[in-house]
Amino acid sequence: MHWRAITLLLLATIWAMPATAAEKMVQFDTPGQEQRYYRLIDQLRCLVCQNQNIADSNADLARDLRRIVQNKIRRGESDRQILDYLVARYGDFVLYNPRLKPATWLLWFGPFVLLIIAVLILLRIIRHRQDTVVSLSNDDERRIEELLKRDHRS
Amino acid sequence: MNRYLLPVMVFVLIVAVLAWGLAHDPRKLSSPLIGKPLPAFDAPRLLRPEQQITHKDLLGRAGLVNVWASWCAACRQEHPVLVAFSRQHRFPVYGLNYKDRREDARRWLDALGNPYRAVITDPRGMIGIDWGVYGVPETFVIDKRGIIRHKHIGPLTDKVMRDTILPLLDKLEAE
Repeated sequence: MHWRAITLLLLATIWAMPATAAEKMVQFDTPGQEQRYYRLIDQLRCLVCQNQNIADSNADLARDLRRIVQNKIRRGESDRQILDYLVARYGDFVLYNPRLKPATWLLWFGPFVLLIIAVLILLRIIRHRQDTVVSLSNDDERRIEELLKRDHRS
Repeated sequence: MNRYLLPVMVFVLIVAVLAWGLAHDPRKLSSPLIGKPLPAFDAPRLLRPEQQITHKDLLGRAGLVNVWASWCAACRQEHPVLVAFSRQHRFPVYGLNYKDRREDARRWLDALGNPYRAVITDPRGMIGIDWGVYGVPETFVIDKRGIIRHKHIGPLTDKVMRDTILPLLDKLEAE
């Protein structure tokens, strides 16, 4: 009885397979083109489901964009041309790897600016501590010496 | 007193940045097409399929171009707003019927009213991609020269029409 159920389940998974495989039918002339395709769709954001790239997303728009990328590669367009095409329509937000330009300076350099600020604050704190330790008047130093000498004698 | 000033300032700054971030809906992206002409198209009309409509047919008056589909629930929600707006006969409203079936779209307009001067058909969503459409409904405000001046993402409401769209259209018509 159990075995029959398990066999049925296994058969069901086998039948279901072609459904997932159908979507992956992507044909290119050269392996290089295929590589470029997968690299590109991996770094493009799906705008409908914003935390996925268009490679992972099942949204309608992601499927359309994958097809467009595929056609453009087969037509011999460069990566740059394809990305420009998408940025012109959807903005920089489609790129998971944003370009370096004035609008993205904060994004690229912000963390380093914060790091520099943090280091500066740290240096100030350290210097401040050293100052407090060292600042002894001459009187104090004489007293310390006397105390130490007395300590040795006893 | 002084030693608490800096941490408090840093804290206030972080709160301000996070509050600003929370107040912005990440689904509403500004379009790179604002300030540029509505991308060219040439497609059959929905109710008169024998006629083609192109971007040139939209020139001459400020107006709205509304992206919609019969399968889109939020479009149903905004539809009465568009119908009421078109009854004022002040500005033209065009439709882009996005990834829809002709019969479904027609049935929808028959049932809910037709606010559109003309409807562009885009069954495969290719015009939509040229326009940077990523979620229906979306509404473009174009000026007399066909330049996109504003894009509203999501359903139009009476408040949005009153506070944003109408003042902008009045301004564009006077330009």
